[in-house]
Amino acid sequence: MKSDRPFTLVDAAKLGLYGGISAILISLVGMTAAFAKTAIIADLLTMAQVLIYGLAFMVGFVVVGRAARGSRGLALPAGALASAVTMLSLSLLALLIGAVNLRTIFTNATAELANLILPGETSGLAGALLLTGAGAAVGLVAWLLTFVPTRIRNGLFGGIAAVVLFGLMQDVLVPILPKSVDDFLFESKGLTWVGAVVVFVLFFILSYLYAMRSQVRISRLDKLPPQQRQIARFAFTLVALIILTLLPRILGPFLSEVANQVGFYIIMALGLNVVVGFAGMLDLGYVAFYAIGAYTMAVLTTPELPIMREILPQLTFWEALPFAVGAALLAGILLGIPVLKTRGDYLAIITLGFGEIIRLLVLSDALKPFLGGAQGITGVGRPKIDDFTATNPQQFYYLILVAIVVAWFITSRLKSSRLGRSWMAIREDEDVAAAMSINLVGYKLLAFATGATLAGLSGALFASKLGSMVPASFNVLVSINVLAVLIVGGMGSLPGAVVGAIVLIGLPELLREFNEFRWWVYGAVLVFMMLNKPEGLWPEATRVRELHEAEAEHTHVDDDASPTAPATA
Amino acid sequence: MTLLIARNIKKRFGGLQALTTLDVTVEPKSIHSVIGPNGAGKTTFFNCLTGFYKPEEGEILFEGRAIQGMPPDRVASRGISRTYQNIRLFSNVTVLENVLVGMHRHLHTGWFGAVIRPPTVRREEVAANDEAMRILKFVDLDKKADFVAKNLPYGEQRRLEIARALASKPTLILLDEPTAGMNPKETEDTTDLIRRLRDDLGITVLLIEHDMKVVMNISDLITVLDFGKKIAEGDSLAIRSDTHVIEAYLGRGAATGDSYGAKTPAKTEA
Repeated sequence: MKSDRPFTLVDAAKLGLYGGISAILISLVGMTAAFAKTAIIADLLTMAQVLIYGLAFMVGFVVVGRAARGSRGLALPAGALASAVTMLSLSLLALLIGAVNLRTIFTNATAELANLILPGETSGLAGALLLTGAGAAVGLVAWLLTFVPTRIRNGLFGGIAAVVLFGLMQDVLVPILPKSVDDFLFESKGLTWVGAVVVFVLFFILSYLYAMRSQVRISRLDKLPPQQRQIARFAFTLVALIILTLLPRILGPFLSEVANQVGFYIIMALGLNVVVGFAGMLDLGYVAFYAIGAYTMAVLTTPELPIMREILPQLTFWEALPFAVGAALLAGILLGIPVLKTRGDYLAIITLGFGEIIRLLVLSDALKPFLGGAQGITGVGRPKIDDFTATNPQQFYYLILVAIVVAWFITSRLKSSRLGRSWMAIREDEDVAAAMSINLVGYKLLAFATGATLAGLSGALFASKLGSMVPASFNVLVSINVLAVLIVGGMGSLPGAVVGAIVLIGLPELLREFNEFRWWVYGAVLVFMMLNKPEGLWPEATRVRELHEAEAEHTHVDDDASPTAPATA
Repeated sequence: MTLLIARNIKKRFGGLQALTTLDVTVEPKSIHSVIGPNGAGKTTFFNCLTGFYKPEEGEILFEGRAIQGMPPDRVASRGISRTYQNIRLFSNVTVLENVLVGMHRHLHTGWFGAVIRPPTVRREEVAANDEAMRILKFVDLDKKADFVAKNLPYGEQRRLEIARALASKPTLILLDEPTAGMNPKETEDTTDLIRRLRDDLGITVLLIEHDMKVVMNISDLITVLDFGKKIAEGDSLAIRSDTHVIEAYLGRGAATGDSYGAKTPAKTEA
């Protein structure tokens, strides 16, 4: 993969230049200027500084690591050079803005930006030199960190990440935390510096302990006799359920709303996981089933749409729910039968088309009396038990939680059954699976229908929670998002689906600062994941083996292994 | 009663006539080898038997019933299983899971059974696990049940493929070059294993093999193919001295030469 050519200072400069280009890009899209207004630590540190210096640090850290593999003496100069080059490139941008008017092309290349990069009193070449020097210093820090034991280093990173997150999520955290803690930690904008130190130390200790414990605990749990292990697992589940039950009280209305949003995606991700993760069929039109569930719920429960009301009686939420789920299931089967004989890319394109057809159908004027057209449908039924009607996010949370538990239960049971094994076989080698007497179309249909059903469930809850809905909520981006959730979380892994949804759907809602640059960050995260952790955040063992062939082969090595089958005939 | 009758099989790929009027009859509980030079149509014949290819003409009767043109999964559920010339295991899962997939045909858990998991399903899974371990013991892989399939050495991967094929309790097993690429010791073990399939389990074996020592050793009957046609059939003695066979392997003229009269047409390809 990588060449054996020794790492030189030229390589270091090159990587530094990449960092510089990234920094310039970040600045030109307006991130630097926007984040300069976001204080992490009041009057001391802004998000813009974190971003730029963090980038320079990362470049330095990577370069030091690579250079040290060749010769130890090269590490320091290489790291310092790389970070310095990154900063130098950025200061050149500032100087350029001063000399030439770039605003006709880059609207964000303002004097304000130049001033941010090279503050007023040290403008010009002197400022550029100063910033480059600062870059070299960052490289030095990166070099020093390589001498720190891994565990402490992870603790440092954890502490810094926590401080940044606390600073970014000030608006979210303040309403949740008690007032005394708020006053201690936060100023009107940003953390107090005492608060920052406390958060840093706290999370330094936490991540240090976590790194230590996580090795011990897993091995200890494995050593337990099966019965006790089961008890341990049961206790863990119980504690998790109690916390989940109390969560909306702790979170408050805004965060509960975010949790619900994440919940819809968790249900969908668990469903799509059966299709893509278990059976290996790429479905790009998954949103169709979500829409079918949502629209069935809406059409059956709304008092509007007089034509529909003439044909069908108005149902309550609970009466409509089985129909909504059933409609999605039926659609899954109907689409599945003709489509599932195709493989791979063809399947992806057909499903993509199906998703668009459903979206255009609900949008169409011809069907407006039945489906509401572009205005959508309002007055969707809410779940009602006796006199109690769930209306706010905190009440809906429980319904979604139950749906997630059901989806989790179903998919985890399926995974470890004869069906799960058959899907695995189909995913790994269709021809061989068929030769094992597995009916390909039948089993693919089962996977497809299971996925569609869960999407329908999610859609029905979504429609009811929102109370009204428009076709715009069901564009192809939803399908892509669910797929991205699975990829980031870990294809085929159930916990992965949950983690992926929290990271990709929940975090962006919390980090409102990033809202404007959401897709930028999204794309960057996906590229980073694919390059560095293609198996996902919480991967499934099988995938790790698949993607890390080289490492896996060393686990059980036998002497007489001849790795490749000689081709005969 | 005859187990398998293939009558007048024709299969064409574009301009290439891969099989022309092939007739093969397999007797139950025998080891029947199919040999022939490269491109003779041996694997094509296997693919026609297992439903991967549809022959243009001809008839395949398995236990008296026609199976030509059936999809692979239906053929497999009749009791024909196979291995592949280039090993095709489910390489990222464990040895045990590979065998469990092979047992698909004899398990009955459906969607609701899998989700609700009533006692019948639990019992079925336990029984399947025991059975899988028994099969692994038969091929001497029981100690490696938890290994990831792709981490097994080559010879053991071949044995695992046979174990997976056995898991469906087949009446007829098709082995496509089971000793290809093996060292002499592994070849000997595999030869033993194939013999035990017939003697201990009573399974009929249809075998494609290039190693003539193996073929001559264990075959009850040998069919020789060349250019998609049967050119000879008989036991090892008859095949050894058949002029058509020697001609097909060594070229015209060799059959009349003195030096090859008694020798076997030994391993022509390696």
